[in-house]
Amino acid sequence: MGTRALKAPAGTRAALLLITFAYVGVMLLLPLGAILFEAFRQGIGLWWAAVTDPDARSAIRLTLIVAAISVPLNTVFGVAAAWAISKYSFPGKGLLVALIELPFSVSPVVSGLVFVMLFGANGWFGPWLEDHDIQIVFALPGLVLATVFVTFPYVARQLIPLMTVQGRGEEEAALTLGASGWRTFWRITLPNIRFGLLYGVLLCNARAMGEFGAVSVVSGHIRGETNTMPLHVEVLYNDYNFVAAFSVASLLALLAIVTLALKSALEWRYRAELEARR
Amino acid sequence: MQRAFTWTSDRMVPGARPRSFRLPGFGLTLGITLFWLSFIVLIPLSTVLARSWAGGWEHFLEAAVSPRALAAYRLSFGVALLAAAANCVFGLIIAWVLVRYDFPAKRLCGAVIDLPFALPTAVAGIALTALYADTGLLGRPLAKLGVPVAYTPLGVFIALLFIGLPFVVRTLEPVIAQLSRAQEEAALTLGASRFQTFWRVLLPTLAPALATGFALAFARGAGEYGSVIFIAGNMPFHSEIAPLLIVTRLEEYDYSGAAAIATVMLGVSFIMLFVLNLLQRWRAPRVA
Repeated sequence: MGTRALKAPAGTRAALLLITFAYVGVMLLLPLGAILFEAFRQGIGLWWAAVTDPDARSAIRLTLIVAAISVPLNTVFGVAAAWAISKYSFPGKGLLVALIELPFSVSPVVSGLVFVMLFGANGWFGPWLEDHDIQIVFALPGLVLATVFVTFPYVARQLIPLMTVQGRGEEEAALTLGASGWRTFWRITLPNIRFGLLYGVLLCNARAMGEFGAVSVVSGHIRGETNTMPLHVEVLYNDYNFVAAFSVASLLALLAIVTLALKSALEWRYRAELEARR
Repeated sequence: MQRAFTWTSDRMVPGARPRSFRLPGFGLTLGITLFWLSFIVLIPLSTVLARSWAGGWEHFLEAAVSPRALAAYRLSFGVALLAAAANCVFGLIIAWVLVRYDFPAKRLCGAVIDLPFALPTAVAGIALTALYADTGLLGRPLAKLGVPVAYTPLGVFIALLFIGLPFVVRTLEPVIAQLSRAQEEAALTLGASRFQTFWRVLLPTLAPALATGFALAFARGAGEYGSVIFIAGNMPFHSEIAPLLIVTRLEEYDYSGAAAIATVMLGVSFIMLFVLNLLQRWRAPRVA
């Protein structure tokens, strides 16, 4: 009797389902469809021309380079932070975890601004950098720094709860049996966290390739030089070149779809390993 | 719980000489963590604070609370609050449906919820603008009804509604999954109506998670830039968000002005961080 009582009346169920479908359809699927529609509305030829344009190609290359530098940096950091935080107890741990997550609540624009304040022409190190002919802002290093800032917490945040639940028993067993610290890490820890790590890297990469606000502040918008793909989309859009803007945007939408598909596959196959349910 | 599994060497091999098996790597990993955190996050953020004071207290106030800046905060924080509240309502319904109901395309629905996390914000921005402009699929009928969306504060609301949803759904889902059905059953058996059961039994249990989702969506929405600037219209005093005003000040080479507004935004970020930590403490005993 209890379970029957728990089931909501058919009317309520139908209403809630309808709201869900309508909301997901209108708020989420429709914008995705709009990108693809706008990108291909004037034929595949224009789409191809837009994504193979020299400026677009240079934007794609730059986006890949920025992600290829910042994602590994934050991956190493994330594993190190998760190791220190999950395997030991020390004072100030709560504060450390909170500070690691800080970039999530900082506006992307502020994230970019900080590096202009540090390394821009009027920044703290501006004159010194100019004397030594080093360009950080309006160049690749600035883009990388801004991207590292906004993607800072992704890997660490995924691994900290996972490794905390896993504890240190297996590592201690390996050490007891004579394995070295590094060997323990490679043979025990890494296999235990691999899917969580992959998950964190996946999300980190999606954000790194798609970041707009932070890189927009440090890039200087030099066409063909410091424009990443999202910035190139903005330039094209502001030039009223809508088909080209949506064509380049469709590549980023594809990245989002692939990311979501991989993420769902990971969640579905390895849910237990991602959450390490006891 | 974890302690129970911790082995010590002398227990494993009785009679062996007691060695302390300290897990190595603490110094190295904590060192990397602190270095990277300082280098990427803490030192850069502190320069903004320092910069905003460099021009003196009066200049800071002039830039931070100018009428134009106040209008921008009102829009950014006000709309972020409204959008986070709306997302709590829809997020609760969607999370509930995703956890409790079985229906076709459930897995697809669950995957699509994270689209705002995965889709670059600028792409979301131009897509929403294309839909809600008065020539767009949704914008045209709305404009005919006398509700223009794009290039008004309502456009900002739509963008933040889009961005904030997954924060609420993803925070609520695990908590709804862990809800004990016995409580609901007991309430219903004892004669409570469905509405009473929801209001008196379910909602209090879900409140900490709902508040966390709200805070996350608000923090993200208040600082959001990419998805908003295309649809917002960016008119000073009307549809200009605070992050955009920072960019404008920077383009005018008004560094301390940009830093002053950034400092106010950072202040709110720190408050939200603090609030989220308090919420986590509120949630902890219930989840465990």
